[in-house]
Order: sequence, then structure tokens, then C-alpha cells
Amino acid sequence: MNKRILNKRLDGLFKVLGILTTVFGMLVLLVLFIDVFLDGASRLSLGFFTSFPSRKPEAAGILSAWVGTLWIMAVTAFIAIPLGIGSAIYLEEYAPKNRLTALIEISIANLAGVPSVIFGLLGLGLFVRWFNLDRSVLAGGLTLAILVLPVIILSTREALRAIPFSIREASYAVGATKWQTVYLQVLPAALGNIMTGVILAMSRAVGETAPLITIGALTYIAFLPQPPVILSGEFPFIRVGLQGLFDPFTALPIQIFNWVSRPQKGFSVNASAGIIVLLGITLAMNSIAVIVRYRQRKKTRW
Amino acid sequence: MDNAAFSITQMRVSYARKEVIKGVSVSIMPNTVTALIGPSGCGKSTFIRSLNRINDLIPSFRISGDIIYRQKDIYDKETDVVELRRRIGMVFQKPNPFPKSIYENIAYGLRIHGLNIKDTIDETVESSLKKAALWDEVKDNLKQNALTLSGGQQQRLCIARTLATQPEVILFDEPCSALDPISTAKIEELIHHLKQSYTIIIVTHNMQQAARVSEYAGFFLLGELIEFGKTQELFTAPKDKRTEDYITGRFG
Ligand SMILES: Nc1ncnc2c1ncn2[C@@H]1O[C@H](COP(=O)(O)OP(=O)(O)OP(=O)(O)O)[C@@H](O)[C@H]1O
Ligand SMILES: [Mg+2]
Repeated sequence: MNKRILNKRLDGLFKVLGILTTVFGMLVLLVLFIDVFLDGASRLSLGFFTSFPSRKPEAAGILSAWVGTLWIMAVTAFIAIPLGIGSAIYLEEYAPKNRLTALIEISIANLAGVPSVIFGLLGLGLFVRWFNLDRSVLAGGLTLAILVLPVIILSTREALRAIPFSIREASYAVGATKWQTVYLQVLPAALGNIMTGVILAMSRAVGETAPLITIGALTYIAFLPQPPVILSGEFPFIRVGLQGLFDPFTALPIQIFNWVSRPQKGFSVNASAGIIVLLGITLAMNSIAVIVRYRQRKKTRW
Repeated sequence: MDNAAFSITQMRVSYARKEVIKGVSVSIMPNTVTALIGPSGCGKSTFIRSLNRINDLIPSFRISGDIIYRQKDIYDKETDVVELRRRIGMVFQKPNPFPKSIYENIAYGLRIHGLNIKDTIDETVESSLKKAALWDEVKDNLKQNALTLSGGQQQRLCIARTLATQPEVILFDEPCSALDPISTAKIEELIHHLKQSYTIIIVTHNMQQAARVSEYAGFFLLGELIEFGKTQELFTAPKDKRTEDYITGRFG
């Protein structure tokens, strides 16, 4: 009898504790939000998005920063997504279960836990210096790509592993080959979870500052990488090219970092406004991930 | 026997080092229904899963002996496993539809074998669903996700999916174990119809079901085929004491 009452009390206690910790987490986020918002909201205007950085805080904007972030993310996505998903498919579905595979798996798991500065150093040595890419969009994108690669591989493997064996059996039993089974059944069934993992990995990359600073991304840039598509009034009217990949860049977190480290009050307001934008992007990406996952869950109840 | 669909001699199967089929020899006649009974863990599933080589997916699986299907050793190096699995279809214990529409579940088998003519696929979807006695229930909702169907409907969909690729043999591994009596009756009736055109092997725990649907029956015990013969004889006048004990329920 006594024990039952004790258990009930303990149960209640844990419930209260659980609620408290959750509320604490939310409160911290909320306070952070309100603080940043109060500081920076006044700076958010169209001009803020369309102006280059400047010596005068009121005139400075994040144009080169958000365009740079867009470029970097495009490169990162283009490299890391196919490579990550491909590696995961190989490791999960094709790789023989031997020591070499085990070694690769352990390495990837470890890479996912390596601090991002280290990836920055790798990027500096490999892409900036050795490949002679200098402090270009390409060097930055490649560096972030190898940073998120292990995360994408791990989450994709998790997604593939979640597909029941019975689905594969069903596919083989009607005479499908391995590739047909993987490509037409397993991948589509896992796609929702794969996308969730990819988006979360990318949203992590958006805010990465350390590796970009390490490879020497510039903090004051008053021009944009050459756009991939240029329209003009004269023949041939349109020019397509990736010359922009080799242009120097800055990115949102770097711009914010730069502004935070300045003494003038005006710049710290700018930094807060930049943080609001960055938080907005991250939150939007995470929400998309949640929606994708939710819709996938509704579609497949095994 | 030359006209047998399967001629199996001394089939031995092991997982890792554990031998679970210990020298089974049997012939299965074409266009008949053969029921396999036996206590849990005696190797019935392992036996039929070795006939379409679906067990190849299990890394620790090892097999020896002659497993001849239509004069060809199915474990020969030359065997086209993909083609073999199309010719020897399988329906599993737990319904396992693809997480796609009803239509796509059936069209899949056709598409992977290179059939892409929409009209032909439409026709096959309809005829397979009719044969599997599911058409009337789903004809207006072919686009619906198959996972929203009931368990019995899912199992009939899996049967339709198997029929669509026109196999010669259908292996059923306890197809009714997760189903209610009405769905079970429907599937038994279905098997009854199918035997005109297919060779059917069905594993079941239900003695009445075995007696109802099959012409031949085999009793497995601890990896051995204890007795095999006409269903009626096996159930009314078993030759082996162990068979008798099992079918009269005296077995543990
Ligand atoms: N993948 C596997 N790996 C290792 N051992 C296995 C595997 N599958 C089956 N076995 C073993 O092989 C033996 C036969 O199993 P099998 O599934 O063929 O029995 P069964 O007659 O179909 O039983 P049930 O009526 O319960 O389905 C059992 O001892 C089982 O533990
Ligand atoms: Mg079984």
C-alpha cells in the first residue's frame, strides 16, 4: 500500500520536473528572442536587405551577407546531398559486412562529432591552399559540405534502416533486382525522413561561423559574386555561368560576428537585426523539416 | 518423377551453424495444392522460402541438396534469380503491401519487368484484383494508399500483386494467421480457384484449413519431413505415430 503511494508521488514528481525542464528550455529561447527582437527589430527594413556593409551603421546592410549565404548553401547542398545520400545507400544496402565497412562506419560517426573549426582548418589546407581556390564561394561551400556530409550520411542511414525488411522481401518476391528494390521501394518510402535529416543538416550549416572564419572568409565585402544568370539588353541577352563560384564572399553569421565585435552601438543593433534574419531562416528550415516528417508519418503507418 | 514441378532431394539448410532442415526429399506435383503442417520452429517457412530463393537475403543462410524446379536446379550458378522469383511467387505471413496506392502495388511487378503500356497495366490490375476477390471492395479507390486497407484486404492485395506477374507457383506462408474467419474463408476459396492454373504450396497451423484446401500434405518435425502423401490419407490414416500424435493434438 505504502509503496503504491510512494510510486504515485514519484510519478507526480517526475511529471512536474519534466514540465519544468521543458518550460525552462522554452523560456530561454523566448528571452533570447525578445532580447534580440527589442534590439534589432527597428533596423529591419527593405534597405537593410539591399545595402552593402558600410562604415556608417545606419547605412549598412546584409546584402552581400545573405547573397553569400545563399551561394554557399547552394554549393553545400549540391555537393553534400547527393554524396551523403549516395554513401548512405551504399553503406546500408550494398556494402559487405566486413572490417573495412566497420572502419568506415566508425570514422563517419566520429566525423559527425568533430568540432567545426577542425573542418575549417581542413578546408583552409585542402581547398584554399592546395586546390588554390582562395577564399572563394567554392572553398566555403566545399568546407561546409564536408562538415555536414557525415550528418547527412548518418541520418539517411537511419531513415533507410527504418524501412521494414518485409517491404524489401515483397519487392524481391515479385522478381525485382536489388537496385529496383532500393530505388523504387526503399528510397521513396524513406524519402520523408531523408529530407528531414538533410534539411536539419543544412539548417545547421547556415549558422556555422567558425569554419568560414578559419578559411578566411572576408568580413567586409561591398560587391556580390557574379550571378549565375545575367540578363542584358544586347545579343545574346542572357549569359549563364558559374564564375561567381570563384569570387570572394561573406555570409550572414560572419557579418553578424563582425558587427558584434565593433564598439559602436549602431553596429550592435545591426548585429541583432542580422541575428533575427538568421534565426528566421533556421526556424523556417526546421519547420519545413517538421512538416515533411509529419506528412510522411501520416502516409506510412506500418 | 519427371512431371513433378519440384523434385527435392536431401535438402539441408542451416543458419550460421545451426541445421534447421535435415535432409528433406519430396516431389511436388504441378497444379495441386500442397499443405505443410508442423509445430512452430520445425522449418516450414525455411523450406518454402528456399524454393524461391528469398532466403538468399539472409546472410547466414546455407543450403545443400538438389532442389529441382522443372528439370533445372534452382541453386545452379546459371539460374536467373530474378526470373525465378517472378515464376515462383510468394505471399507472406504478415501482409506486406508497399506504402503506395493499391494500383501501384500491383503495377510495380509489371513495370519492373519492362511492361509500360498503360492499358495493359490497367487490365492486369483489374483482372488480378478480381481473381483475388478484392475488386468490388476497392474498384473506386485504386489511388488510395494500400496501408489504409484492413488486414484481410491487404493480404488479398498481396495475393493480387503476386498473381499480376503471372507466376507458375505460389508459395503461401501462413497467409491467414493474422486474419479473421471471414477473410480466411475468402482466401481459402481463392486458393481453391487458383489451383487450376497454379501449383500451390501453403504452410498453415490450421489443421482444418490444410484438410479443406489441399490435395497433398506434409508433416514437418524438427527439420525433417516425417510424412508426406495424399491429404486425406495423412489426416485419416497417418502412417507415422508422430504425425498421428500431432494431428490429434496430443503433441506438446
Ligand atoms: N533468419 C534466421 N536466422 C537464424 N535462425 C533462423 C532464422 N530463421 C529461422 N531460424 C531458425 O530456423 C528454425 C526454423 O524456423 P522456421 O521459421 O522455418 O520455422 P517454422 O516452421 O516456419 O515456424 P513457425 O510455424 O513458427 O513459423 C527455427 O529454429 C528458427 O529459430
Ligand atoms: Mg513460419
